[in-house]
Amino acid sequence: MSKETTEFKPTDWQSPEMKARIKRRYRKEKSFRVMGFTAVIIAALFLVTLLGKISSDGIYGFFQTSIDLDVPFSEAVIGNPRDMDADAFEQQVMRTNMLRLINDALVKEFPEVKSRRDRRELIRMVSSGARAQLRDMLLADPSIVGTTQRVRLLASDDIDQVRKGKINPEEAEANRKVKDRELAWYNKLVEEDRISLNFHTAFLTHGDSRDPEMAGIWGATVGSALTLVVTLAIAFPIGVLAAIYLEEFAPKNRLTDLIEVNINNLAAVPSIVFGLLGLAVFLGVMHLPRSAPLVGGLTLALMTLPTIIIASRASIKAVPPSIRDAARGLGASPMQVVFHHVVPLAMPGILTGTIIGMAQALGETAPLLMIGMVAFIVDIPGGVTDAATALPVQIFLWADSPERAFVEKTSAAIMVLLFFLIMMNGLAIWLRQKFERQW
Amino acid sequence: MTSTAIFLSLILLALVAFALTRQKALVSAGGDPAKLHSLPRHYGYFASACVILPGLLAFSIWLIFGKSIIEGLILAGLPENVYQEGVDNAALVLNRIRLAIENTVAVEKDPDILAAAQRFNDLYIKGLWATFALSISFGLVGLYLAANRTQPDFRARNKFERILLIALAISSVLAVATTLGIVGSLLFESLRFFQEVSLVEFVFGLHWSPQTALRADQVASAGAFGAVPLFAGTLLISLIAMSVAGPIGLLAAIYLTQYASVRMRKVAKPVLEILAGVPTVVYGFFAALTVAPMFRDMGIVLGLDIASESALAAGLVMGIMIIPFVSSLSDDAITAVPKSLKDGSLALGATPSETIKQVVLPAALPGIVGAFLLAVSRAVGETMIVVMAAGMQPKLTANPLEAVTTVTVQIVALLTGDQEFDSAKTLSAFALGLALFVSTMALNVVALKIVRKYREVYD
Repeated sequence: MSKETTEFKPTDWQSPEMKARIKRRYRKEKSFRVMGFTAVIIAALFLVTLLGKISSDGIYGFFQTSIDLDVPFSEAVIGNPRDMDADAFEQQVMRTNMLRLINDALVKEFPEVKSRRDRRELIRMVSSGARAQLRDMLLADPSIVGTTQRVRLLASDDIDQVRKGKINPEEAEANRKVKDRELAWYNKLVEEDRISLNFHTAFLTHGDSRDPEMAGIWGATVGSALTLVVTLAIAFPIGVLAAIYLEEFAPKNRLTDLIEVNINNLAAVPSIVFGLLGLAVFLGVMHLPRSAPLVGGLTLALMTLPTIIIASRASIKAVPPSIRDAARGLGASPMQVVFHHVVPLAMPGILTGTIIGMAQALGETAPLLMIGMVAFIVDIPGGVTDAATALPVQIFLWADSPERAFVEKTSAAIMVLLFFLIMMNGLAIWLRQKFERQW
Repeated sequence: MTSTAIFLSLILLALVAFALTRQKALVSAGGDPAKLHSLPRHYGYFASACVILPGLLAFSIWLIFGKSIIEGLILAGLPENVYQEGVDNAALVLNRIRLAIENTVAVEKDPDILAAAQRFNDLYIKGLWATFALSISFGLVGLYLAANRTQPDFRARNKFERILLIALAISSVLAVATTLGIVGSLLFESLRFFQEVSLVEFVFGLHWSPQTALRADQVASAGAFGAVPLFAGTLLISLIAMSVAGPIGLLAAIYLTQYASVRMRKVAKPVLEILAGVPTVVYGFFAALTVAPMFRDMGIVLGLDIASESALAAGLVMGIMIIPFVSSLSDDAITAVPKSLKDGSLALGATPSETIKQVVLPAALPGIVGAFLLAVSRAVGETMIVVMAAGMQPKLTANPLEAVTTVTVQIVALLTGDQEFDSAKTLSAFALGLALFVSTMALNVVALKIVRKYREVYD
């Protein structure tokens, strides 16, 4: 033993190789730390790029270009409202081709454009939705017949893209959708101060449309809301009741173990599989209507059920046993203990979990594609069995559209969806902070 | 008469039952609630439950099976000459009948079909009335029985709580029923698919082109349903996603748990949570309209031929999506390592990074492996990103610059748009779904097993 100690040479920390070694180790330490920091920064950068790109595109989606035109509401075209009763006038307006009014206005503005083909091209600068705009004006106020009014008409999506600078006039004519002649007309309108970019309320109040300038997200929003109502009505009660049973009443045996494992696994099943289930059971066996929020809601309810059960169980478990003991001691039955004391105390946590589950359901697309909520639907759905689409599906549909102008509409719709998600998550966080208590 | 009306009238009856029995209980005790076994409202609750449960039973049987039964009756009642092309036509005939019912404008000319549509309507309305009568009479019987038992010594609360307990148990069983429903429906449809296409061909076939199978002369022609290219494409994209999310997620978790200040954590954690909360359709849009064109342009500059729907773009964006998943699960695994281990290592003179690499990470390894496996299962099952940004060509390639397709993309492609339920084409989607379900389930189970089995027990 003594031999060993004599042969042991203590480390010479001052020796050059040891100094170099320590230096190397510190360098490694530093580079590892930098790597970790870079990973966090990269993740944050991804988020910033994603949100930045979406909002810089999407902000344009809320605005739309209009052309101010002096529209002559001539009696020759529409007829005189003083000659007929209100119903006849309404029918007359419905029958009149409003394109003629727009045509007249454009002729006055561009007298130099003569040939039919050029006229048709000219009229294409105005959105097809402008017709409905004029019709509504006439129906609202018949007294404008015979006068010339300056009307702010929606421009077509191509003109809109020019106004927003998305179409580069410097580019070769063959490569862009808006030709030189249209640009010349556009520039003339700009010089006369007839082109304006305004906030586009129709985007928030209209249903879907093939024309980007007419398309809105209200139909999809209502569809999403109806779907979520169904989801909530089914998943919340069942989820909470199941959580209460598993946490408070279930005997500890193989069966309840199985249920527990099952619920945990169900939370990790890909959402599209739930869509297949919905397709096979709700549409295939039960013959519920296709594309309906009812079916979408049922499918999403099955998907959010595990989330709600897991959150509710955690929340119920957090209520201290002393509460239960006290209630039992005062003579409450087990049911009364749970429903009068435990559940109210656990409710903030349960609600938080539910809201987070609902937010997940709101952003979910794949299962809805499976059950056919992916159709082109113009009408605003009125009930849970009407054909409808949902916000994320609307985004998916618009993202597929070839028109350039749909890119900004899609981004704008994403902004609206993210707004709802942020509100819901904000509510969940607020609930948690306001009602969280330490026992 | 509509389903909603039946439901509402049941609720109404239950409310009436509540008020009636509550009153009756009070009267039976001579107006003194203290003489009753339970509170008056418990008698009411019990009666409501007695009304609504049998009523709902009749109602839900109608909801689930009603239309199927009527359709069976209609089909049985149709004259033989409607089926001109064999038995397979039944679904088609039904569809025509359904269209004839829904369409206000008469497109259907065949008088047999029109008559059937008329019959369907009649039967449907009769069925609704029958359900109404049945569920209300069930409810009334329940009310009668409950009212009969409303005596001062009737243990209403205990009885009601018994019913409530059963309702609770049924709710928790419903969660299991979902799994059974998934397994059942996927298996059932897949079996029908495998009657037409052999399992061996599906699992080992190298050629996937379900569209050609639509043509009569080519029904399930050899190799049309070989799913290997889809599995390979899914694997490739998941691999790319994991090679993005794995290192970034793990390093971010290490940095946030070991190095970052409290303030940094407070900022970085929500950032990751937001990344996790962004809907996948948004990622898909980002991948298809920003990342994929960027890669293509980069490819042109570098002289590479990058497909505009390359696996790389879809995989990269999917990787971004699962970063928070990897990092939060790894975070949990790392924080579970006791501080004493770390302190011991630091006390022996190891630098923090050496401590992390040689002590903390090995101790947290099961948790981290579990996290990675769960992330892979997420990537395999992810749908919207690949639907929007990955291609449709079932190509067997390992080149990330080419377009590949995945299992989920094909499921969506097969099942959106017009479809008939019985063709091998649509049924193949369920077989793919089954493969997806089994593989993600297996990944989850293995992940949990690893976490459980290799978890070191400290303290």
